[in-house]
Amino acid sequence: MNEYAKQKRKEKIKFGIVSVISLCLFFTIWYVCTAVLHLKPDYILPSPVQVVEAFIDKLTRTAPDGATIFGHIAASLQVALTGYLLGALVGVPLGVAMAWFRRVDMFVTPLFDLIRPVPTIAWIPLMILWFGIGLGAKAAIIFVSAFVPCVINAYAGIKQTKPVHLWVAQTFGASRKEMLFTVAIPTALPLIFTGLRISLGTAWMTLCAAEMLASNKGLGYMIQVNRSLARADLIVVAMLTIGLIGTIFTVGLNALERKFVKGGRRG
Amino acid sequence: MEHHGELTPIISLRHVGKTYMSVHRSNEVVRDVSLDVAENEFVVLFGPGQCGKTTLLNLIAGLQLPTAGEVYVDGKKVEAPGPDRGVVYQTTALFPFCTVMGNVEFGPKSRGVDKKTRRERAQYFIDLVGLQGFENSYPNRLSGGMRQRVGIARAYANDPKVMLMDEPFGHLDAQTRYMMEAELEKLWQKEKRTVVFVTNNSEEAVYLADRILILTNTPTHVKEEVRVDLPRPRQYSDPAFLAIRRRIEELCDDTL
Repeated sequence: MNEYAKQKRKEKIKFGIVSVISLCLFFTIWYVCTAVLHLKPDYILPSPVQVVEAFIDKLTRTAPDGATIFGHIAASLQVALTGYLLGALVGVPLGVAMAWFRRVDMFVTPLFDLIRPVPTIAWIPLMILWFGIGLGAKAAIIFVSAFVPCVINAYAGIKQTKPVHLWVAQTFGASRKEMLFTVAIPTALPLIFTGLRISLGTAWMTLCAAEMLASNKGLGYMIQVNRSLARADLIVVAMLTIGLIGTIFTVGLNALERKFVKGGRRG
Repeated sequence: MEHHGELTPIISLRHVGKTYMSVHRSNEVVRDVSLDVAENEFVVLFGPGQCGKTTLLNLIAGLQLPTAGEVYVDGKKVEAPGPDRGVVYQTTALFPFCTVMGNVEFGPKSRGVDKKTRRERAQYFIDLVGLQGFENSYPNRLSGGMRQRVGIARAYANDPKVMLMDEPFGHLDAQTRYMMEAELEKLWQKEKRTVVFVTNNSEEAVYLADRILILTNTPTHVKEEVRVDLPRPRQYSDPAFLAIRRRIEELCDDTL
């Protein structure tokens, strides 16, 4: 056991070292190409040093895009989380209901199948017409993008329930409602979490697209404005911030999954 | 010893038949089966591979309904599954998302037994099948033999009148199988229940049964009944044991 723990620890350290090397290598190559060799002018490809300077500068300065980095992050998070949470709150129960109740399945599935293939981006013009360019329109677009994977995965998860597990519950005298909550939903939980993770990714990506098209604040807006100002350093700052926040989300969801999904992802 | 046949039977099948209907053909799996099982009797249904043993068990469990005849358990006609009949399945039908404790207390919990009582009950049967210390383990951390112990404890913890076992040791290796047979017998001696046990292993049948019912190939009916009156625990190499084993194997071969 102790040997095993040691071995595990060693593996982990090794993984950490290689990860750090990979990141260092990336930044070194970037640095050499820009600050040392000057392959491209700064306004097209800034050096990492310039990006860090721009980032520090952006912590307090609102110029040239109207808000500090925190202002943009807050605006983006507000939109993304509003749309995402609504999408998850509606999508997961709907997917569960579609898989568990035949009538819901018959009624909703045709509609859902019709809406599902429409790319989220295609919703943007209509949403702007309906809700303007404020929080509403963007939250609605995020909602659509987060909603679909939540439904699909919750549906597939419930359908994975083994008949023999339902038999066991039945012979123990569980009602159909009890079977849903004590057997089917626990079975579906790993896939529900997969859905939540996928939709968080798509929500975050869709957000940037939406903000580029219509917005006056946010990380996507920051990228768009700085393109027209030829401030590549600020574009990269916004991109890295988006990547970082996305990573934090994923780590958070994984921790949540570990807390709630027990007994391994497969029986 | 119980006086079989003189008491009112706890399980009673009357001219039971089961035919599966599909669009193109009908498939008769069980034909005119009548049998009685006395209280606390250990009955083994023994038959060739694909005969309707499992179907017969599901009919008693109420998971399927007969297309002819009636099934009675404890005097009541079987129309749905119920907590008076516990089932142990061949494949591990444990809930992978519940701990050992969670699995064993599942039945009492579904029936609304309060936490303290059901915990005590579950713990008693966990101890009885020798799994103390594994209460908080998930099934994916257990061996095949341990999982079947949990399955048996789970069925017992719901305090059924009747235990229905569908080849519970079919997937275990030979050594584990011997061990589990011995343990099941010990458990049954301590906590007597009416057991209907399905197997296609003649050695297992003779080791466990008070009475063996030889089933024919589909459409299944009871061909012959063999009573095993050897003292328990039985010895696999005892000549009397081997004689009964040979007899039921011959009877079974004749059905093919």
